[in-house]
Amino acid sequence: MVPLSWYLILSAVLFCLGVFGFLLKRNIITIFMSIELMLNAVNLSFVAFANYWNTHLDKLPSGAQMVPLSGHVFVFFVMVVAAAEAAVGLAIIISVFRTRETLNVDRVNLLKL
Amino acid sequence: MVHQVLFIVFGLICVAGAINLLLQRHPINSALSLVVVMASLALIYLLLGAEFVAAIQVIVYAGAIMVLFVFVIMLLNAGEEERTRGSRVALILGVPGVIILAATVGWLLVTGSGQLGSVTIASSDFGETHAIARLLFKDFLLPFEITSVLILIAIMGAVVLGKRES
Repeated sequence: MVPLSWYLILSAVLFCLGVFGFLLKRNIITIFMSIELMLNAVNLSFVAFANYWNTHLDKLPSGAQMVPLSGHVFVFFVMVVAAAEAAVGLAIIISVFRTRETLNVDRVNLLKL
Repeated sequence: MVHQVLFIVFGLICVAGAINLLLQRHPINSALSLVVVMASLALIYLLLGAEFVAAIQVIVYAGAIMVLFVFVIMLLNAGEEERTRGSRVALILGVPGVIILAATVGWLLVTGSGQLGSVTIASSDFGETHAIARLLFKDFLLPFEITSVLILIAIMGAVVLGKRES
């Protein structure tokens, strides 16, 4: 028996580390990896809640309906979107590197005021 | 008891990998620590009884997506990260904002954990592939088909973006 809040705290810690990486890292590939870390953190809370509702269906408010396994299906969709995003994002990184010869986001500042 | 010990071990490996991702200056080291995070997350999914999700976590995330990352790092010959000043807005607004968010969420979860209840290792029929497949191909059939279109568009976008201009 592990309290659900432990899983949610782990998920929040991973998400915040992902946001820190997104804000503080300067390499565009590492920034992209931080986004993947955030997606993983959200997946963890989806799976934890799916398991939680599987055994606590009696706690649902009356009239509400819930299929606990749909949490796993949402994780599946998040992974599909993450895979598509990784393919397109890395292609964008390659074309940015071709035109600007750098991976540092501070040197890709044409649109900056 | 076993559940708690396993959760703490894999959770600590997970957080250590994520911190290592931030501290490493070379992107290939960051990518390998992200693989560690994803593998230990797959084990945590197994603790939660999500066998199918754990399998696709290893196959899709730790396998396919991270291979793509490592491939791009090696293709672009990415070296050590340069130290530049970075965005001032991110430092002034972003970092304190994340700290406040983390503190609020942590405080809410610690004080409210009594109402939330706990998670057990699920019975063997929860999270089985055929139950997920039945849900996916009956209730979620339309979103599933739409994601296949999304993947097709992503493939075409990647091909167009990666093509050399002649």
